[in-house]
Amino acid sequence: MLTTSPDFKANTTRSMNDAGLQKALARTRPRFPASRAAAVAKLPEFEQLRDIGRDIKNHTLANLDFYLEVWERNVINAGGHVHWASNAEDARRIVLEICQRVGAKTVTKGKSMISEEIAVNDHLEKHGIIPVETDLGEYIIQLRNEPPSHIIAPAFHLNREDWEESFRRAHTDLDPNRVFSERRDIMIEARTKLREKFLAADVGITGANFLIAETGSSVIVTNEGNGDLTQTLPKVHVVLASIEKMVPTLEDATNMLRLLARSATGQDMSVYTTFSTGPRRPADLDGPEEYHVVLLDNGRTGMIGTEFQEMLRCIRCAACMNHCPVYQTVGGHSYGWVYPGPMGSVLTPSLIGVDKAGHLPNASTFCGKCESVCPVKIPLPKLMRHWREREFERHLSPTATRSNLAIWSFIAQRPSLYRLTTRIAAKVLALLAGKKGRLAALPLAGGWTAGRDLPAPEGDTFFARYARQQRGEA
Amino acid sequence: MSRSEILGAIRRGLRRGPLPEHETLGLYARLNAHPRHLIPARSRLPHPAQVALFIANLEKEFGTCTRVASADDVPGAVADYIASQNLPSDFAMAPHPELQAIPWHNRPLLQAREGRAQASDLVSVQHGYVGIAETGTLMLPASAGRPTTLNLLADTEIVILRSSRITGAMEEAWDILRSEREGMVVGNFLPRNVMFITGPSRSADIESTLELGAHGPRRLHVVLIDDQAAG
Repeated sequence: MLTTSPDFKANTTRSMNDAGLQKALARTRPRFPASRAAAVAKLPEFEQLRDIGRDIKNHTLANLDFYLEVWERNVINAGGHVHWASNAEDARRIVLEICQRVGAKTVTKGKSMISEEIAVNDHLEKHGIIPVETDLGEYIIQLRNEPPSHIIAPAFHLNREDWEESFRRAHTDLDPNRVFSERRDIMIEARTKLREKFLAADVGITGANFLIAETGSSVIVTNEGNGDLTQTLPKVHVVLASIEKMVPTLEDATNMLRLLARSATGQDMSVYTTFSTGPRRPADLDGPEEYHVVLLDNGRTGMIGTEFQEMLRCIRCAACMNHCPVYQTVGGHSYGWVYPGPMGSVLTPSLIGVDKAGHLPNASTFCGKCESVCPVKIPLPKLMRHWREREFERHLSPTATRSNLAIWSFIAQRPSLYRLTTRIAAKVLALLAGKKGRLAALPLAGGWTAGRDLPAPEGDTFFARYARQQRGEA
Repeated sequence: MSRSEILGAIRRGLRRGPLPEHETLGLYARLNAHPRHLIPARSRLPHPAQVALFIANLEKEFGTCTRVASADDVPGAVADYIASQNLPSDFAMAPHPELQAIPWHNRPLLQAREGRAQASDLVSVQHGYVGIAETGTLMLPASAGRPTTLNLLADTEIVILRSSRITGAMEEAWDILRSEREGMVVGNFLPRNVMFITGPSRSADIESTLELGAHGPRRLHVVLIDDQAAG
């Protein structure tokens, strides 16, 4: 997928002025955190399960080469095929080869962020194969030729009128005067249209929430059932999975499942959790005849052994972005690549380079909410800080930022100078603010004061007050 | 090519070569023992309470349930449900011995067609393998007698489950599958698919508002046979 991450600042300005997006954000903002909180409150063991989840993933990553090899053997034993792909180009080529070998005309797709990462849809289309996204949210954004704006709710940024308009434009065989009186009508139309696609598809492509070494299985989790129709009806099932999806056993996966749905949508379990192992067995009456897994690296092995290894624990639940004040203000498209929000701010620079995605780890207030809700306890603020340090070390941050930081650090390392400067600044700001105690505009900080006033200092520094208190004064 | 590249890069990152044998033995031991982790207390109950919890959780997730005393009562329960929902009386049924043994002829209006589901089927009748009380979840492993399409294509899925097959947690469901499918010819004990289903299909993709019946069944109904007394 092409990135607009370098344009993060322009993207956010556009997003904040996008009335439709702001309406959608206002609707969604309270829902995810409330659902998660309710689900967690009903499970007293949740904190312990988070620690166990973190430990399972750490154990797996420390032995990832071993578990990948065991998993591969078990996939082959069950009659499946494993294709190792170092990068997006390899993965696209492998998928296309499978599709071409079986003479595929249409391919249905379950939701997969890896699929976005390797931009496989464009590649298939270029070679005359029609990919059809079947998750409702993915379907509408495919019709609109947009990228997803959220990793589990890809079309949350759209409003009803957008759905109706896109459906009228795409489904031209239906009565143009039909009425969509409820959301339900939109869903029924999508269900009918996509049912035809499920039945006609030659290949079904899904993602994987987990891979299981013990059994050579891949796991998908959906609420709609689209992933299951995608992987059951066509002749060929192709799984796109990245290396860090691995867990050792079914019991390990079970612990992760107790965390995933609660952290994501606030459900105890998603509606469909399906473990797939190889193709249909000889006596089976349905299921695919071929089962392939495309195992993708695409930059992840480069994170192993670095401070970013912890990011590979991520199970893509989206709790971090659902609770992030920055994401909830600017939406997902601003981040400019596949993965938005705090997890994207850490992962994107790792996968496409800090030179392109350096803005993302800077878009954080470091409030720490993301880390506090992460089901596998990834220290996201700490990792974003690591990226800021790297960006600074590589001289990628803007000159103004660098020189201001240099001035600040010069002053901060000299206590008496620091106290003098802050004392003067506090007095000047208090004078400027006058009786109101607030500043409506401030030189060099116009962007900040455009949307709100700056509360002015009351004319004193912390040190002055502290000293006074030590002397026993009020 | 990519395979050795990826494995090599992982080992470089971990600052070691391939694991020495004594270390892999420990990891194989963990795989073979597949230890359980913490199981939440909510399902640690006497069996009748687990059955009640299963039903409560199923209903919380918009599923429905009818309890019957024996397999002989299943045709009546299915006929009543079909009538109450204004559904047609012909359905696709799993060719499973337990379902085949049900006296469907007691209700001559019901027409069961054995096999996988077709796109035109409005109702399917599936054989329930295990019910999980913790979350109100049905475990449905694929087999010749339990086709996966029956869980997906029909508008209404009816699952026939014996109450003795209700467990507390998913770990116990895995243990049942492991013990009953040991020594399978292809691969390991897992079939092509093991589906865990918790309520009917749904989506919140349109304006973050929940709607039932996205791509899979709009209704999920469980007919629960109370077979405890018989053991």
